[in-house]
Amino acid sequence: MSSTLITKRWRTKKGYLYLQEDECKGCGFCIEFCPKDVLRQSERFNVKGYYPPEVVDADACVSCTFCQLVCPDFAIWSTKDEEIEETDHG
Amino acid sequence: MGERILAGQHFMNGDEACAEGAIAAGCGLFAGYPITPQSEIAERISVRLPQVGGVFIQMEDEISSMAAILGGAWGGQKTMTATSGPGFSLMMENFGLGLMTETPCVLVNIQRGGPSTGLPTLVGQADMMQARWGSHGDYGVIALSPWSPQESFELTIRAFNLAELYRLPVLVMSDEVVGHMFERVEVDPEKIEIVERAAPAKSPGEFLLYEVDDRLVPKGMPTFGDGYKVHVTGLTHDERGYPVLNSEIQENLIPRLKNKITQNAADIIQVEEHDLEDADVVIVTYGISARTSLGALRQARQKGLKVGMLRLITVWPFPEEQIRKLADRVAGFVVPEINLGQIVLEVERTAAGKAVVKSVPHAGGDIHQPETIVAAIEEVLKHAS
Amino acid sequence: MLRKTETLPEPELLDNITHPMRRYLRTDRFPHIWCSGCGLGTALSCFTFALDELGLDDSNTAVVSGIGCTGRMAGYLNLDSYHTTHGRAIPFATGLAVAQPEKKVVVFSGDGDLFAIGGNHFIHAARRNIDMTVLCVNNFNYGMTGGQFGPTTPIGQRGTTAPYGNYENPFNLPYLAASSGAVYVARWTTLDARRLKQAMIEALTKPGFSFVEIISPCPTNYGRRNRLGDGLDELKYYAERSIIQHGADPKDADLYPGSDVIVGRFIDRDRATFLSQYEEQIIEKQHFVKPQGMGKGPVRASGQTS
Repeated sequence: MSSTLITKRWRTKKGYLYLQEDECKGCGFCIEFCPKDVLRQSERFNVKGYYPPEVVDADACVSCTFCQLVCPDFAIWSTKDEEIEETDHG
Repeated sequence: MGERILAGQHFMNGDEACAEGAIAAGCGLFAGYPITPQSEIAERISVRLPQVGGVFIQMEDEISSMAAILGGAWGGQKTMTATSGPGFSLMMENFGLGLMTETPCVLVNIQRGGPSTGLPTLVGQADMMQARWGSHGDYGVIALSPWSPQESFELTIRAFNLAELYRLPVLVMSDEVVGHMFERVEVDPEKIEIVERAAPAKSPGEFLLYEVDDRLVPKGMPTFGDGYKVHVTGLTHDERGYPVLNSEIQENLIPRLKNKITQNAADIIQVEEHDLEDADVVIVTYGISARTSLGALRQARQKGLKVGMLRLITVWPFPEEQIRKLADRVAGFVVPEINLGQIVLEVERTAAGKAVVKSVPHAGGDIHQPETIVAAIEEVLKHAS
Repeated sequence: MLRKTETLPEPELLDNITHPMRRYLRTDRFPHIWCSGCGLGTALSCFTFALDELGLDDSNTAVVSGIGCTGRMAGYLNLDSYHTTHGRAIPFATGLAVAQPEKKVVVFSGDGDLFAIGGNHFIHAARRNIDMTVLCVNNFNYGMTGGQFGPTTPIGQRGTTAPYGNYENPFNLPYLAASSGAVYVARWTTLDARRLKQAMIEALTKPGFSFVEIISPCPTNYGRRNRLGDGLDELKYYAERSIIQHGADPKDADLYPGSDVIVGRFIDRDRATFLSQYEEQIIEKQHFVKPQGMGKGPVRASGQTS
């Protein structure tokens, strides 16, 4: 939750996909249920010792926002181009 | 729109007077469950509250009644519930929640014979220690004990005021005789003083829910929806109200809940003195037993015995100072109460052996005979000489 | 280590980025206590997105929770939040809702808290049709205290106090809610995140007593003790068996090992609420004035509000 976390951001076809790896608790919900197979489990672990997701195909992401709704740790979310201004808080 | 303060003279019983006191104090929500001998409070307040823009809810039990008045308090209302022994026991957990979260409200117990179902329609005063220690853990309490319908009216108002001043559920420990006796009640608006809820001292963002003043009382209480977005929890918490579960925070919070009362005891305690100046024996008593004791006092004085009475209007915090001072100069204390000896333990503790302390117990079901109290006085005098 | 012959899309690395729902969360309380694979974080997430979509003034929404893992919800939401005693969130919320009738009061609590110790309060608040939204996260056990069975544990399933398997019939929560008088009754799993968010929106918008049962995995306790795998496995177990039947008769929504998990919006009806009936039968018929001060703060003896 801290804004001093490093956030990874991928450009997707419709907008952006954001991931805060160190928030992730490796539940696997986003990886398993992403309708476009954008994600897989990485082989690295984060600061908590969990294996966060990694993006294998950013172009496949359509910002359906399923991952952002289902993630129990507020670690991943996506935006559509019209909403871009809302999420980047300086 | 109905009047909150029914100025004038009335002939009503203690329960009705208690309900009127609540209305006069600004009570906006009453949540309760029927139980003899409290039911008249709920019945009268169910008529009066809608008249003055309040809401009456008959809850499904006493547990939910206590919970609802806490919720209503955070919703900005002055709230009250009333019960008797069995319901008082049920309310204990949420009474503790109110103490821990420092929620202002009033809990009235019209005591009856116990324990358990006991004597539903007959008097008792055996919940007095429970008033102090009934919920688990450490904390301080305020308990007031009216001895007449007039006082039931006045002390209920005082209870609401103390609740706002010290941020806790305040107890009115009445009893079935006071609750059911009919007497004149004079309502004089000029004599009524109402303490309103203190608004938060700071704006949202700066305000800390449990930042306290010199009296150890939190500085102001927000209402749900005012923008403060408080977090209120029964878990041990810090000044923000957030749970922090360690002994350091426990040490910061819990002694304060107790000290908030003991430190301010001088402002909270009220007693009434009768003939103490030359007394050799002092009757220490409260509630309906004080009425009987007044009769005993007159009988004793007629016999030439130098007897006085200290009536405890505030039973908790216990008036230690007054007892200590008296213990230095009187021969002894006599403590009539309709229980097997509860507040007498406080008198003994406080007198610390400097004076004789004699309990005048009564298991319950009716009030003492004054003669029993006079006999106890005579025994103390014999013992002392 | 990168798998050989692969190039994954490179992300930008940014700092000072905050989650879009951050304003609804007490971020200084994070990370939350819920286990990896638990559905409570999903329920919380869906709730924040529901609030956002509704555009509700977050000063006018309160959350009341009880004791248990779900009971910790109140502590994570940046709203007026009340963490009360076990089973007593609903009556506390009743007092709050009646004192502030124009605002939204949400009870967020667990299956044991709401239906064992709190059962009586649930049915009465539903009967009265108090205007509140009750979100029950059902993980079929008392998770926080180690996995004891509870009133929703399916028959035959294990818990620490049901070592040979539970032999008590569980509640069918939608059926109980509907028969007690709830005006809105729905059930979803935490996998149905979008529909769950939508159900929360509908429940919040609907006047009266609304109820949503949220089926969640509990990998540390219930799931582990019943060999349901980790959180993901348990979630798939419920998802594979779930069938959406809007308008289904709640009495058909029983859950037992191997059963279908019927989900959907079962009840959506209109009934007079507690306060609307108070107004009609008491205020209007008796020609009293509508509750003054309700929603505004303590009423003074003079009748003036603060």
